[in-house]
Amino acid sequence: MATPKVCVLRAPGTNCDVETAHAFDMCGASSERTHVFRLLEDPAMLAEYQVLCIPGGFSYGDDIGAGVIFSRQLSGQLGDALGEFLQADKLLLGICNGFQVLLKAGILPGGDATWPPAAVTQPRATLTWNDNGKYTAVWVRLRTGSSSSVFLRGIDEIDMPVAHAEGKLVARDEAELQRWQSDGLVAMTYCSQSAVNGDEGSAVLPFPENPNGSAGNVAGLSDATGRVLGLMPHPERFIHATQHPQWTRRNLTGEGDGLKVFRNAVEYFA
Amino acid sequence: MLWEVEIRPKENLVDREATRILAESRALGADSLQSVQTARSFLIETDAGQADIERAADGLLADLVVENYSIHELTAESASKSETNGSRLINVLLQPGVTDNVANSARVALQELGISTDAVATCRKYWVNSDTTADDVDRVANKALANDAIEQILYGPLALDSIALGNDYDFDLLTVAIRTMDDGELTVLSRDGQLYLNLTEMQTIKQHFVELDRDPTDAELETVAQTWSEHCSHKTLAGRIRYRDGEQERSFENMLKETIFEATMEIRRRLGDDDWCISVFKDNAGIVKFNDEQAVCIKVETHNHPSALEPYGGANTGIGGVIRDPLGTGLGARPVCNTDVFCFAPPETPYDSLPPGTLHPKVVAKAVVAGVRDYGNRMGIPTVNGAVYFDERYLGNPLVYCGNVAMIPVDKCEKNQQPGDLIVAIGGRTGRDGIHGATFSSSELTEESETLSGGAVQIGNAITEKMVADVLLAARDRGLYSSITDCGAGGFSSAVGEMGEEMGAEVWLDRCPLKYSGLSYTEIWISEAQERMVLAVPPANWDELHALCEAEGVEATIIGEFQQTGRLVLKYGDSKVADLSMQFLHDGRPPVIREAIYEPVPATPLSAASGGSKPPGTSESSPASSNQPVHTGGSPRFDDDIKRILASLNVCSKEWIIRQYDHEVQSGSVVKPLVGVQNDGPSDAAVIRPELNSTRGLAVACGMNPRYGDFDPYWMAASAIDEAVRNCVAVGADPDQIAILDNFCWGNTDRPEVLGSLVRASLACYDVAVAFGTPFVSGKDSLNNEFSYDDADGQRQTVAIPPSLLITALGQLDDVARAVTMDLKEPGNAVYLVGTTHDEMGGSHYALVNDLEGGEVPRVDLDAAPAVFRAVHSWINRGLIRSCHDLSEGGLAIAAAEMAFAGGLGLELDLGVATQNPDDIALLFSESNTRFLVEVVAEKQADFEASLPSTDDGQFPVTKLGTVTENGQLQIIGTTGETIVDADINELKAVWQKPLAWN
Repeated sequence: MATPKVCVLRAPGTNCDVETAHAFDMCGASSERTHVFRLLEDPAMLAEYQVLCIPGGFSYGDDIGAGVIFSRQLSGQLGDALGEFLQADKLLLGICNGFQVLLKAGILPGGDATWPPAAVTQPRATLTWNDNGKYTAVWVRLRTGSSSSVFLRGIDEIDMPVAHAEGKLVARDEAELQRWQSDGLVAMTYCSQSAVNGDEGSAVLPFPENPNGSAGNVAGLSDATGRVLGLMPHPERFIHATQHPQWTRRNLTGEGDGLKVFRNAVEYFA
Repeated sequence: MLWEVEIRPKENLVDREATRILAESRALGADSLQSVQTARSFLIETDAGQADIERAADGLLADLVVENYSIHELTAESASKSETNGSRLINVLLQPGVTDNVANSARVALQELGISTDAVATCRKYWVNSDTTADDVDRVANKALANDAIEQILYGPLALDSIALGNDYDFDLLTVAIRTMDDGELTVLSRDGQLYLNLTEMQTIKQHFVELDRDPTDAELETVAQTWSEHCSHKTLAGRIRYRDGEQERSFENMLKETIFEATMEIRRRLGDDDWCISVFKDNAGIVKFNDEQAVCIKVETHNHPSALEPYGGANTGIGGVIRDPLGTGLGARPVCNTDVFCFAPPETPYDSLPPGTLHPKVVAKAVVAGVRDYGNRMGIPTVNGAVYFDERYLGNPLVYCGNVAMIPVDKCEKNQQPGDLIVAIGGRTGRDGIHGATFSSSELTEESETLSGGAVQIGNAITEKMVADVLLAARDRGLYSSITDCGAGGFSSAVGEMGEEMGAEVWLDRCPLKYSGLSYTEIWISEAQERMVLAVPPANWDELHALCEAEGVEATIIGEFQQTGRLVLKYGDSKVADLSMQFLHDGRPPVIREAIYEPVPATPLSAASGGSKPPGTSESSPASSNQPVHTGGSPRFDDDIKRILASLNVCSKEWIIRQYDHEVQSGSVVKPLVGVQNDGPSDAAVIRPELNSTRGLAVACGMNPRYGDFDPYWMAASAIDEAVRNCVAVGADPDQIAILDNFCWGNTDRPEVLGSLVRASLACYDVAVAFGTPFVSGKDSLNNEFSYDDADGQRQTVAIPPSLLITALGQLDDVARAVTMDLKEPGNAVYLVGTTHDEMGGSHYALVNDLEGGEVPRVDLDAAPAVFRAVHSWINRGLIRSCHDLSEGGLAIAAAEMAFAGGLGLELDLGVATQNPDDIALLFSESNTRFLVEVVAEKQADFEASLPSTDDGQFPVTKLGTVTENGQLQIIGTTGETIVDADINELKAVWQKPLAWN
């Protein structure tokens, strides 16, 4: 199998880069934790990688809004390099802060089709403060909504932890949300532990099932090609069974389900 | 020009800050405040014009999906449009010089847009209804909107035209004419100069300079004061103490060395070649063996006094500071988890009962949690363990313990600085923040502390520290430096003074990078500005180190050189501003000799409290004394007692706090702080796997019970160690490799009885650590935790905290897959009590909720306990145990209730078959140490019972009490055969979750 090169792109304040790179490597990738300063010095180096992953953390402290400064670097100096990357048959994954960055840069949900974003375009959506007003770390159950997402192949439902303050997805208007749903851009939704096969409808689920009040219970967005994914939950925190909060009850052993997300990315290049 | 970008939530969205302020106003009784609107704003001082500011606001500073913005120019006589129709405007800004992380980031972002700025500040704005009374505005502004330790309140439209900081500094060498001072003047100098040294120490300094035939400079005096401060030198506990109690008299040359350190030495001698301690009591953190490649280090600190004045910043820099300890241990360790323990006054304390100068305990609690959250989460270090204790005596002096665990390669555990190495400062810049923190923390808090020592309070910047940590660990692995330490209390003075102690150092203060101009050489030297580390760098490595730091945006600056002179020389430009002998600095302090007396509290039987607000154990006698324990319910059922204990503040769920901490970052989580079928039961300890490629685990737990200290500090300390160790054992840690730490927070040890109680606790630390084979590897003390104020009648009142010894335990598991959680797993499994129950109700939570006093305080059986720990561990290792929970506050009844509701299962216990003799109340609620409840798989009961260790009397203390059931009830049959508990687990859980389920 080919060994895809993964760029785990970190900025000041990124803090999930080590374990995210480790998760890719466990699945046979060769990942490098690259500082965004290197990429800013030499944007062309992005072409060397098959996968770009923006991991979790607090890039630039999230001080003026989660992911805002990092997203400006992507849409600004790195805009052309990123455009080439999106056009190629490559994968882009944003986890938690990485999702915030992808959304605020305008890479999601449009992907290559809307890149680079015109300067005057009003943002289509944002990730803003959780309904409970505070940083919240809790495990959630998720359902895959997009059949086209490369990363989510073979995943129907999965448990993962979220840990964020600004994870509530708000669309510009109701039409935008409906468009995501009809175009298959809703990659993952928070779902009820008890409901089967999505019968809870589209009502916003209560905490902790929907931990932040996201519209349409959306936990992650895909682009139309399925090669770009942004999600608030952390698959890299479920690479061993012993990370599941119920592992001692259910006698879980071996790999964690979250590893599938990374394996799907690696196998795409097989 | 000074622009203001004002950002408000869109009209149709919830204004959360306004909701919070309204709720706080109701709590404060500010009823005339009926409506609030809020905004956040950026003040931007720049030559850029309106178009540029628009560009910045548009989607960068404001989130246009959920916010609107407006822009206006401010002037010194501003009557801006922000004055809205008929409401009063309150602005809250940070005081000049206080770290403003959001503003700093905005400056960077504006620069990227090509907009250069002279200064940026942030402001919070509140419009309240115009008929709010002046009283209510004042009350809400000062209690809910701003803390004047770091913030300022400006009413009405802002009238400002500049926010730039800094001024010119003209060098002027200051000396202090100490040689001619009499004792009175020396005392005044010590106090007014915030040196906080005693007269003997001041006389010693005077004599030193008389002999040198010159006056000291201010920098020299400050250096000595900082080095000799209680905070930095621990002169009381490491000093001479004459101790006596009812049974013995003992003289210590160095009390800590002869008790706590000696326990460790004794254990290491006993272990011989199997000694697993690597570096103890000499570096910034203790280091023990983990596996062949990695060692693990741990440190716990307190940040009490700053947290009393400004709880957010105090806790924020508390956790930031303790993370720098492992980073500065050996050649630098990689932080893997945090632990935090807080002590507050009860959150329902009435506002009008607060003494002057104190913040409300609920305000303190919320801000402390936020401070720890914002630093730990940003650093990407999981906060996995903690506890909160409540007692009225923490009102003016809350306690904030912050700990950090870190991994270090076994060949990086020792420092090796050499003469000729460059002194390099890395990380944050130096500002006027945090002046006199070391000496301030060694003094007592008063209502004036807020105004006197505001400069000691700071806000941290976790991202700077994260960036520093990243480059340091890379530089360590490349071998670019020979030594490292953190800038904590005392700043450069402490860091360079310690590193250069054995040789000497010269520092060039004018080269230190500053946040703003205008700092004097002394301010630069003693500033405790955060996020700074000091390295010793061989000159040949400087270029590579500098390039590495620059590549990640971290500032590194040469500020001096280590020299084989035995002197500490400070220069500002060409001028020498200090020249002290290292020998005088580190060995010149006159020995402190103190008296310590312990008077045992007379034993009284458990009985109804005699009234008044005296803490239990301090009343002389108990008129209602009877030999029969009191049960207030009058019914033979104890459901209600169980519920009231579950709802008591120390026992109740801390989920509100825990879920605000990222406890899973770094991907090493194994046993989380909350466990069970709904992820909400109270785990005994956290387990993490700190190395991604190893299945070896760490367990982190703590033990503390200030209530026992009111009876006997010896058994309080013993109980705290037992609790910390059993918590670790309960999740699967090997009791033969548990390291422990001591953190003493005590009152004013100038009083012999206060010091006496501390010595007595230290004696217990020695006895128990040796008996358990659990070495102390690090520790810290914080003395003078008292709060003084004038009451309404003008009487001086002093409130001392209860003796508060926190024991932190760091255990290890060979394989994390063997870890056990406390939630009941399957119906039909058998539940056993391990350990012996005595009638030890003194200081118990049963006594607390029933307002009882007296009784026997729990003791520790030093012979029996280690065998119990080893037995539990061997059962866990053999896979016999499905769940295990330690018995602590509330005893058996509470442990059983917690296991049941965490597992969502019922539990049927029968005390009648108990082999021990106490009555039902003691069996249910006694807090005897070294006890566990274990759930044994039904098919493995025979194995389990066959595996009981033999003891001298043939009676290993294990009793089968009952069975896990499906019916969701906790049912307990008493010694008389009657049902004494029958409670729905959902009800039990609900009362346990309610008290601290804050918004």
